[in-house]
Amino acid sequence: MFAYEFMCTAFVAAFLAALVCGPVGWFLVLRGQSFASHALSHVGFAGAAAALLWGEPAFLGFGLSAVLSGMGMGVASDRFVGRDVMIGLVLSLAMGTGALCLHFLTHSAGAATALLFGDILGIAPSSLYWLGALAIGCVMGLAVMSRPLLFASLQPEVAEAKGVNLRLLDVLFLALVGIASAMCSQITGVLLVFTLMVAPAAASLRLGFGPMQGMAAAFALALFEAWGGLCLSWLTDCPASFWIALLGSVVFAAANGIAHLRGR
Amino acid sequence: MITPAIEAGQLTVSYGGRRVLDHVSFAIPPGSFVAVLGGNGAGKTSLFRTILGLNTPEQGHVLVEGQRFGKGRMPVGYMPQMRRMVAGQLSGWHMVAAALRGRVWGVPWYSAAERAEVNAALNAVDAWELAARPVMSLSGGERQRLLLAQALLDHPRILLLDEPLASLDPARMRETTRRIHDLARERGLTVLFSTHDINPLMGFMDHVLYLAHGKALLGNVDEVMTTPALTALYGAPVEVVRADGRLFVVADGGADTLHCCDCAEHTR
Ligand SMILES: Nc1ncnc2c1ncn2[C@@H]1O[C@H](COP(=O)(O)OP(=O)(O)O)[C@@H](O)[C@H]1O
Ligand SMILES: [Mg+2]
Repeated sequence: MFAYEFMCTAFVAAFLAALVCGPVGWFLVLRGQSFASHALSHVGFAGAAAALLWGEPAFLGFGLSAVLSGMGMGVASDRFVGRDVMIGLVLSLAMGTGALCLHFLTHSAGAATALLFGDILGIAPSSLYWLGALAIGCVMGLAVMSRPLLFASLQPEVAEAKGVNLRLLDVLFLALVGIASAMCSQITGVLLVFTLMVAPAAASLRLGFGPMQGMAAAFALALFEAWGGLCLSWLTDCPASFWIALLGSVVFAAANGIAHLRGR
Repeated sequence: MITPAIEAGQLTVSYGGRRVLDHVSFAIPPGSFVAVLGGNGAGKTSLFRTILGLNTPEQGHVLVEGQRFGKGRMPVGYMPQMRRMVAGQLSGWHMVAAALRGRVWGVPWYSAAERAEVNAALNAVDAWELAARPVMSLSGGERQRLLLAQALLDHPRILLLDEPLASLDPARMRETTRRIHDLARERGLTVLFSTHDINPLMGFMDHVLYLAHGKALLGNVDEVMTTPALTALYGAPVEVVRADGRLFVVADGGADTLHCCDCAEHTR
């Protein structure tokens, strides 16, 4: 299967997405913010659809709208508490707007499926360069902020007292989640970002790793899901997204089983 | 004159126009063990947050060792009032270690010296056996012990402990107080220990800082815990009752009933 360029491209893109989604997802689950990746990918969908309508690349629209709304979420985080109905409405509005934009596009059916469920085999080899640059930037950004972010996540009051700027970290981290969601949606589509960001990270936390090993394990599990999904998709001719989602559930269930056997 | 460990002058703290501390002044001598006493909402947590620089006073000032430290540079260990614990799946060790130089940019990777520091803090509070367990499997009291270990990191000279007895059963309260007291003596630390019940601290504290109605009174137990002193502080009739070697503060009912002890309400 590596004789085909689009398969090689897909494997590299999946590697890059896992590299970002694993560690970012680890913090997302640790902080109990896994809904954020879900929310940002919905907003990103509207941005992507609007970009297509303007004749711009969908990824650009997705990334910009997800990063901006992530930062907005960080700035206004206090005001979101207990507003689940409002948040739900905003997300529905985003999905609706995305649907409207796609309606005005001529070849909308293919674009909609690609956005919603991913089109990993359709990634252009040339886009690997900036996907790679983005992945390196994200990983380096997270590496720089991970120590204070861990402190702020575990003990916000103490961290604040020790001079950690909680708001700044919130904004920076959610911006990273926006980029990670955009990269992930290239592989899994908007609707399945959760499976690559949250499932491996949650499994790694269940296994009781510390922060560094935990982030590495989340990356390894995300890579297993993404590459496993691609291989199974090749063998069965079913969409990779389906297999990735299935492997995500299997990984999480297995981690739970192991944790249970260990009596944790 | 010795510089006080903590000094407040005309300190006034408000939330949206409502005064919680109203021109409060006191000076805490270094190395003393102080019980910060007051009912729910008396302003104990607000006082601690103001000392740490997290609340800006409306008026007045508070100095730590005679200085205004930059945020995060104070030699103060802080144990917040127990809140929700995120990250229950991480081990106790990692939860404590996260506080070690946690404001420094970089990755949470600990050098051998840093690991030794975390281990020493855990040992100091006999929390070693909690280190390997996930935080969510620990009881409230065990989590408190981890928070205490965390407050000892980075060699503080002052400890601000916000209701460290909150989730303990009565038998454990004196044991915990004794542990904190002995540790502080050994290291020469100043301790502010907030609580709504003075009795578990009897025999350990050097001073009481009593907060009520925005006012504060600092002194030793025999000075502060008297009917006239507290009546003056509250500006309303208050009675201090001694029974079974325990102290109870009984205020008139209504909204102002205070809980200096758990039994105050039943006494009336
Ligand atoms: N961030 C805040 N905003 C508004 N009011 C607050 C805030 N924090 C505390 N308060 C109010 O200030 C008063 C004192 O609170 P607190 O310092 O937590 O008291 P204590 O710790 O003694 O129970 C309470 O009435 C509380 O409702
Ligand atoms: Mg309090």
